[in-house]
Amino acid sequence: MIAEEATLPVPMREKAETLLELRGLQVDYGRARAVDGVDLKIRQGEIVGLAGESGCGKTTIASSVLRILRPPGHVAGGSILFRGEDIVAMSDAELRRFRWRNVSIVFQGAMNALNPLMRVGDQFVDTLRAHERIDKRRALVRAGELLDMVGIDPRRLRAYPHELSGGMRQRVIIAIALSLTPELIVMDEPTTALDVVVQREILQQVDALKREFGFAVLFITHDVSLLLEFADRISIMYAGEIVETTSAKSLATRPLHPYTQGLLASFPPLTGPVTRLTGIPGAPPDLRDPPAGCRFHPRCPHCLPERLGLYTRQTTERPVLRELAPGHEVACHLVEGDA
Amino acid sequence: MSAAELEVRGLTKHFAVGRALRRSRLHAVDDVSFELRAGTVTALVGESGSGKSTVARILARLLEPTSGLVLFRGDDASQARGRGDELRYRSEVQIIFQDPFDSLNPVKTVGHHIERPLRIHGMVPSRQIEGRVHELLASVGLYPPAEIAAKYPHELSGGQRQRVNIARVLGVEPRVVLADEPTSMLDVSIRIGILNLMRKLAEEHDIAFLYVTHDLAAARYVADDILVMYAGQIVEQGPVEEVLAEPLHPYTRLLLAAAPDPGNPVRPARVERGPGRASAAVEPAAGCRFLPRCPLAVALCSEVTPQLAEPHAGHAARCHVTAPSIVTV
Repeated sequence: MIAEEATLPVPMREKAETLLELRGLQVDYGRARAVDGVDLKIRQGEIVGLAGESGCGKTTIASSVLRILRPPGHVAGGSILFRGEDIVAMSDAELRRFRWRNVSIVFQGAMNALNPLMRVGDQFVDTLRAHERIDKRRALVRAGELLDMVGIDPRRLRAYPHELSGGMRQRVIIAIALSLTPELIVMDEPTTALDVVVQREILQQVDALKREFGFAVLFITHDVSLLLEFADRISIMYAGEIVETTSAKSLATRPLHPYTQGLLASFPPLTGPVTRLTGIPGAPPDLRDPPAGCRFHPRCPHCLPERLGLYTRQTTERPVLRELAPGHEVACHLVEGDA
Repeated sequence: MSAAELEVRGLTKHFAVGRALRRSRLHAVDDVSFELRAGTVTALVGESGSGKSTVARILARLLEPTSGLVLFRGDDASQARGRGDELRYRSEVQIIFQDPFDSLNPVKTVGHHIERPLRIHGMVPSRQIEGRVHELLASVGLYPPAEIAAKYPHELSGGQRQRVNIARVLGVEPRVVLADEPTSMLDVSIRIGILNLMRKLAEEHDIAFLYVTHDLAAARYVADDILVMYAGQIVEQGPVEEVLAEPLHPYTRLLLAAAPDPGNPVRPARVERGPGRASAAVEPAAGCRFLPRCPLAVALCSEVTPQLAEPHAGHAARCHVTAPSIVTV
């Protein structure tokens, strides 16, 4: 049973090189610790989903990886290693080379990130020439190829952003993010503002491009149901911590953390019987003063004073991520007790 | 089957677009007909720009329709005479907006927001107002009511604010509630609570709900009936289970294929969007508006605008191929 949980055969898992590794990452905004001790690994060519509710710290992680945290946000501890090199310690010059060439980012509502006064083609040229010695004509040719790749007619290079639909602009941004063939693309809610059909189409395109170019994706979203179809592995965040990491398949069939279970039970199904769902009672905590012990305990259906031994641990001891099955990590006193 | 509280017949809304000499008409809503029945939830689904919010706004009398009828309990709403009639319609037919952050006044307490409609519409005698406010807050699950009533909007979460909006609407004891994407700005774990509340209110207070959404799964979860809009027209309507289990219109099928389904996450089917757009058409030509994207199109589709036809009782679609109407055959 447990052996079946591993998604990749062991030799393959070892072959794929670790691209990005977060080790005990801590990020503070003033007195609030938005990210508290996050460990996360992304291997080459892998799509890793990071899901959680607003304010759980997922966007902060995206910004930390590119070192574009807005003050007063700053990395307070831990490291962010890209191929073993610590991004936190990089100089400005190193960062400039690193961004876009190694890692690029597509933001939520990035379609509004295009300069409204510049033709689409010139925005590609700007990006390319900021990082490479390339003349404008050749840059435009490359831009045309990139547009073609995301399914937009290369003649649209002459268009201004307002002449394109939201979905097309978002695909332009993805094409720009691909333009320097980075090894990792961070996508923060890249399709949230789009209609379902457009969203589906863009995800299919990203998947096809990933197969062709072999980049890895860190895909951040509140929509776990989307990740179940699209990601290889998924990490669930709650109140600044990762509470569960596993393959998409085992998350769908065997979620272990009560928060993950509650989150999955918040999405009504499109097929099969309709049962009454409850969502998760309560609200996420204030990160300036998170609850002691397990941060989820005030909302957890399994945190009951009647089970005194467990209850004491849940309310005083912080659970750590532990591998319960190959590739399946959970931070919960409950499953630890059962294991 | 319960009686229709609100009946919409041939509702049409055109907006003028373009400059003076090249004025043309955007068909935001075209010939839309449906009923909202007491104690039921009707979902109105479609992509952005399909006209679904325009329909809700017309029903709330925030927009005048170009043509068509809105009948409230059989009376024509546009024939309202004087402020009395107008006030009555507006208290019986209430709207809840998408953005719970924008729809409350930041300098007024929660209690104030709920009290105001009670006073304006003279719902309860003055000295009972406070008690009624607390009762309303409790009925939407906001506890303890006295404490919540004293709070300001910024002290509440998004889900709580949306509950305040619902409590405010309930105060005037409406027969019809139009909920325009009431959960789309809320966190996923909160959404279900609002949907459950909507269902409960429909059943307990016998309210007719119109639930405007782009989320098919949420529509299936909460609604009895569904209306699918595409480019200003209803392209399919019927009982939600039947429509989603056996969709007739190719657009409904496309939407279903595109939506993520946590009940069945591994679906290899590829979705091709095709060239057309779901948003309202400017001066649309005759023929089916879904034609450029349709995998089933036949010659007739480019010549004759399909009408809603009912191949199964109560389940209608606007498609020459899957729901041929008698007139065009």
